[in-house]
Amino acid sequence: MTALVLLDHEAGSIKQPSRSAVAAAQKLGEVHVLVAGAGVQAAADAAARLPGVAKVILADAPAYDHALAEPLAALLVALAPGYSHLLAAATAIGKNVMPRAAALLDAQPISDIAGIVDADTFIRPIYAGNALATVKSADSKKVITVRAASFDPVAAEGGNAPIEAAPAVETPSMSRFVSAELSKSERPELTAARVVISGGRGMQSGDNFKLLEPIADKLGAAVGASRAAVDAGFVPNDYQVGQTGKIVAPELYVAVGISGAIQHLAGMKDSKVIVAINKDEEAPIFQVADYGLVADLFTALPELAAELERS
Amino acid sequence: MKILVPVKRVVDYNVKVRVKSDGTGVETAGVKMSMNPFDEIAVEEAVRLKEKGVATEIVAVSMGVAASAETIRTALAMGADRGILVETDVDLQPLAVAKLLKAIVAKEAPNLIIMGKQAIDDDMSATGQMLAALLGWPQGTFASKVAIEGDGVTVVREVDGGLETVALTLPAIVTTDLRLNEPRYASLPNIMKARKKPIETLKPADLGVDPAPRLTVLTVAEPPKRQAGVKVGSVAELVAKLKTEAKVI
Ligand SMILES: Cc1cc2nc3c(=O)[nH]c(=O)nc-3n(C[C@H](O)[C@H](O)[C@H](O)COP(=O)(O)OP(=O)(O)OC[C@H]3O[C@@H](n4cnc5c(N)ncnc54)[C@H](O)[C@@H]3O)c2cc1C
Repeated sequence: MTALVLLDHEAGSIKQPSRSAVAAAQKLGEVHVLVAGAGVQAAADAAARLPGVAKVILADAPAYDHALAEPLAALLVALAPGYSHLLAAATAIGKNVMPRAAALLDAQPISDIAGIVDADTFIRPIYAGNALATVKSADSKKVITVRAASFDPVAAEGGNAPIEAAPAVETPSMSRFVSAELSKSERPELTAARVVISGGRGMQSGDNFKLLEPIADKLGAAVGASRAAVDAGFVPNDYQVGQTGKIVAPELYVAVGISGAIQHLAGMKDSKVIVAINKDEEAPIFQVADYGLVADLFTALPELAAELERS
Repeated sequence: MKILVPVKRVVDYNVKVRVKSDGTGVETAGVKMSMNPFDEIAVEEAVRLKEKGVATEIVAVSMGVAASAETIRTALAMGADRGILVETDVDLQPLAVAKLLKAIVAKEAPNLIIMGKQAIDDDMSATGQMLAALLGWPQGTFASKVAIEGDGVTVVREVDGGLETVALTLPAIVTTDLRLNEPRYASLPNIMKARKKPIETLKPADLGVDPAPRLTVLTVAEPPKRQAGVKVGSVAELVAKLKTEAKVI
């Protein structure tokens, strides 16, 4: 059994969620990885250094720039005959591409797996993580996205796999990349950070998110948000943690001015330690918090920044 | 332009679902059911395109048990013109839904399909991409803005790093994200009017599709429960506990 993992990469390195997908794939058999893009030799080299990877397939062509679903799904289908399992991390790219490839292979995708029982059987959260379903696939080829927070990533270095060029595949021309407007941040990415501090509607404005910054700086944290904070325009969409945003499981998650709706909890309740700061002592977030502070965030945040500074 | 909007009947997002004690699924008896929230956003977007004169007809499609007709009625009350119900008691999974929708597309020939990015029950986030594949159409998933321009559609997508804009040729599939719009509530007169709008009922066999599930659910279990911890009295106590007790900072 051999598994093929489609990797997310950026600026010549492999994204951490994809390293988690590689870790998941290693439970299934031999692992090959696919690096697709335009001018992505450096990313392929990085992929070759992932421990436990037997082969890197490099698809370097203009059509794969920006990871559009249509050409990538066609490429996966062309490569599929050699594999029992096709996987990707459940990132924006993985979620966009893998179901498309699955349909072309007449397979029912198995989305966002959080556990592997055997080669056909997987555990996945449903209903915003309020239930865990164990499902067995009857398809001859399994097409899977992996919940990165549920699998410890393989290291970035240590391997030395051969790189092979992908066959040329006819690419459909019905979609075209126009532009991207990406959030710029010096902070770690939400899905890879050891500490996450998130703000909710209680923050009241985008400006007030600055109150989180000295704390995030001190803790090396990523900054996240609830849907309400994103909807209100306080912060960009890529900050959203939750059922329909990003799933995180850091060592420490600090929820500030967030009530703790099911949909938010779905994205962070597997964090190792949860801290909640909320002025409402009845807020549901306290039911999952290891440490709860009932306080006005506008006094608590500056205090917290000062306390961290002191120690 | 004709728009097709698939809508799914799901457990309402406010319901705290309970896993059945026999581990076969979650309790749905006597539980409030609603239209999947992302599908409401899809219906809203289609109705706005009709109000702008871009769309001429909106067809809402639902699949599943007979009560899914209620979900179609909701779409009709929001402004869809007619409905199609594919009635079956089979547990429909995204591949089967995509195949059934493909057969409906062959009959209806829409130029655009707008659907939710994810159903909040199975959280698969797959059907739109799968239907696009089966039709050989382009896909604009996780849309936060949709603009029809000539024979194409421009879609701003919510991606991991921010926003991305893609241009697709029509016909195309768009899946909705939360920021695309805020769905309206149907007014009472529109709810009354919706009662007279036609709903056609079909069976999977009428569409030549075998809807049998490919994934067998072996068990459904409760996730491990988190225990509520302690309340701390001050920021200083919080920092001290994180250092010496939790050892995470
Ligand atoms: C289809 C769907 C998908 C969704 N997906 C997500 C998702 O992925 N992620 C997500 O987060 N939500 C999601 N939601 C929304 C979710 O249901 C909640 O509405 C949302 O999480 C609420 O955000 P919030 O906690 O910031 O706001 P609120 O619920 O309004 O809570 C604000 C909190 O701030 C506290 N507060 C206010 N002022 C202060 C102060 N000065 N000091 C201290 N505390 C203060 C209040 O006590 C309150 O508890 C989704 C909803 C739907 C329907």
